[in-house]
Amino acid sequence: MLMQTSDEDLAGLAQNGDADAFSLLLTRHYDLIFRLAFRCLGRRDAAEDLAQDICAALPAKIIGFRGEARFTTWLYRVVANAATDRLRQQRSRQKAGFAWGETEQLRRESATEKQAELIWLEQAMQRLTPELRQTVALVLGDDLSHAEAAKILDLSEGTISWRMSKVRETLRRIAKEEEAIR
Amino acid sequence: MSDELDRLKAALAAATPAPDPEARKAAIQLAQKNFAGRQGLAGGVRPISDRAENRGGFVRGVKDMFHNFGLRPALLATSSIAVVGLGIILVLPMDNLKPPSVNTGLQDAKVESTVNQRAKTEVKPVEADAVDNSMAPASEPPAVMMESTPARPAILDASPSPQALSAERGIAGAAIGQLAKQAPDDSFMRQEDRERFANAGVNPLEITAENPVSTFSIDVDTASYAYVRSSIMNGALPRPEAVRIEEMVNYFPYDYPQPDGDVPFSTTVSVFQTPWNSGTKLVHIGIQGENPVFADRPPLDLVFLIDTSGSMQDQNKLPLLKQSFRLLLSRLTSEDKIAIVTYAGSSGLVLEPTAASDTDKILAALDRLEAGGSTAGQAGLQLAYAEAEKMAAKGRIGRILLATDGDFNVGISDPDALTKYIEQKRDSGTYLSVLGFGRGNYNDALMQAIAQNGNGTAAYIDTLSEAQKVLVDQVSGALFPIADDVKIQVEFNPAMIAEYRLIGYETRALAREDFNNDKVDAGEIGAGHTVTAIYEVTPIGSPAIMAEPLRYQNKIKADASGELGFLKLRYKLPGESNSHLLTTAITDGDKSSMDARFSAAIAGFGQILQGGKYIGNWSYGDAIALANANKGDDPYGYRAEAVTLMRLAQSLAH
Repeated sequence: MLMQTSDEDLAGLAQNGDADAFSLLLTRHYDLIFRLAFRCLGRRDAAEDLAQDICAALPAKIIGFRGEARFTTWLYRVVANAATDRLRQQRSRQKAGFAWGETEQLRRESATEKQAELIWLEQAMQRLTPELRQTVALVLGDDLSHAEAAKILDLSEGTISWRMSKVRETLRRIAKEEEAIR
Repeated sequence: MSDELDRLKAALAAATPAPDPEARKAAIQLAQKNFAGRQGLAGGVRPISDRAENRGGFVRGVKDMFHNFGLRPALLATSSIAVVGLGIILVLPMDNLKPPSVNTGLQDAKVESTVNQRAKTEVKPVEADAVDNSMAPASEPPAVMMESTPARPAILDASPSPQALSAERGIAGAAIGQLAKQAPDDSFMRQEDRERFANAGVNPLEITAENPVSTFSIDVDTASYAYVRSSIMNGALPRPEAVRIEEMVNYFPYDYPQPDGDVPFSTTVSVFQTPWNSGTKLVHIGIQGENPVFADRPPLDLVFLIDTSGSMQDQNKLPLLKQSFRLLLSRLTSEDKIAIVTYAGSSGLVLEPTAASDTDKILAALDRLEAGGSTAGQAGLQLAYAEAEKMAAKGRIGRILLATDGDFNVGISDPDALTKYIEQKRDSGTYLSVLGFGRGNYNDALMQAIAQNGNGTAAYIDTLSEAQKVLVDQVSGALFPIADDVKIQVEFNPAMIAEYRLIGYETRALAREDFNNDKVDAGEIGAGHTVTAIYEVTPIGSPAIMAEPLRYQNKIKADASGELGFLKLRYKLPGESNSHLLTTAITDGDKSSMDARFSAAIAGFGQILQGGKYIGNWSYGDAIALANANKGDDPYGYRAEAVTLMRLAQSLAH
């Protein structure tokens, strides 16, 4: 019975103290939390860490879900904001800026084509500010429309489109720099 | 045309791993536990309609969330190391060390529930100030979260009032009024990096002809090493000012020759080639404290003074502290007595002096501890000293173990006044040691001052294995002083040594005349402790001399002794007020033990972390090679861990 209940209803039940509803809701969406966290942070351990922290805080936070938007919209927002916050924390500790990825060591080794693509990805992601990265993670990573991403981030759809054009600009700049090196 | 974005999309999809089932399970279980914890709270969950509109609410929710859980539990840190190091296999003996009474859950339910109660605010979308597409500036405005004001209307603050907390614990409150004023600043501010360090810059090079005498107090603290480790394991090189080389060197147990005769410790001096400079030598002074038979030790009166302020609620603070104290309990006997005093909004006696064999009672008292409220270190300290004095009797050793993240906010927050108080109490015969917990709030300067003035040690505990090292492996050393006020003075011979510098001990420098002044306090040596001090010296005529000789100064007379210098050491036996003097001539040589060379590797590593003013091109790679070659038996794996840290630091530095 519970299995067919909508996320929104489950959230309502959880708010009223239904532990099963809460568990089911989290089981449904842990992967969403982890994937978005990974796409923002670029490292498995950091993503697992953040996902766990979010899960731990969710019992308290779920009270804030008002049922106006879809539950996933609300959850995406929680994750995206938490990830951005963590990126900023990281940056204040490291001079390296907003790190993304874990294969830096590979760069000096002979890279296969697959690795080369990964290195390109890391390079690109590292260039993006947390806001742009968050947007990329939602629009490209989770294949959401600009309208959906706008709702999640509580921005206008135009801002999302503008951010994506900034991303494209960044990618083109990287391509140009690579050409210049060759 | 958007093939760039398609490429990014495909690459991102390829790079995203599937969630790890174990991590997934752990996270969901934790959430379920917290959910259950919330339901058990008095008053339950607030009705949804009872929400106030508050823009700060979401921000605070997120901040709180990070504050509560932002620090990676120790076990996860271990797993992440393997990833960062790419191929380095790190084995920390965590699991073996876990006492059986600790369940594997990552959170303590009680602490959790207090925490969650305060996070009860509405989550409302943050309103970006209508960032219009056409109006958007070239660079985007910073995220709204950072700009929001830390508004915190009282109505939203569902955290139990300090008064209520104290009442629950049956604590007679003293400084509650003051606390109430202090409390509201917490959540927003505290996630900033508030760590403060007590370093006085790197010791400069001294010219022997001008300043031949170097005087310092020994230091058996190890806090800096643990701090450096925790920083590197979190993926960031430590700030240079957080690196205190003598504490890194002294973190490791060395096997210097055992003392014989009346002196409770031995002193071994060796001179050998400096690894990082072919033109200089290291003068290595190793002190080994005697190791009394454990069973013969006098009984202990321990007062645990435990910080239960709100900032202690993190997983690596209060919960870790409780586990650590459980470890310590296993090493005490029925002769020993324990009392527990807490301090937060108000201070209170949680456990009256109890025989250490009554573990049920002690563990129950530990379990009742909860984090909450602000910090009133001073009042707690007074109470702890009062308890210690109550227990004091002839033939017993009294020690206060202060466990804190260093947040002494309320009461006398002036470090000078606080240390003066501790100084007065030191003379009553009660020692004070400090155990630092957690990051982000750790007030190193204050901890140092307190431990130094309380004749105790300061250690920084970041993992259970560190607790094992500090509290159990070295329990005898940490708890039984064998020599007090140990001072070292070295006079270098200007006929042999052109320049010298003391590596580390910056915060322990003493004036030359203080050496013979028994009123001047210095560090203590505990049973079995080793203390190491290293000078780098530049012989006359070496190409490595930095300072040009002066033209108009008197020529230095040749000295037939051939000694490089003269080492003098003063100490007091515990309880005595007059010091004893030991002297040794330092003669040239090129012999070093494996222990000495390993300590040189650590000193070099520390200097690299500090910026490496005096070590030329000597690199992490060199430090790794030197440390690796001199690991020796390494029964506890401390040295192997140090090599791992060096490797991590090497990759972080690139």
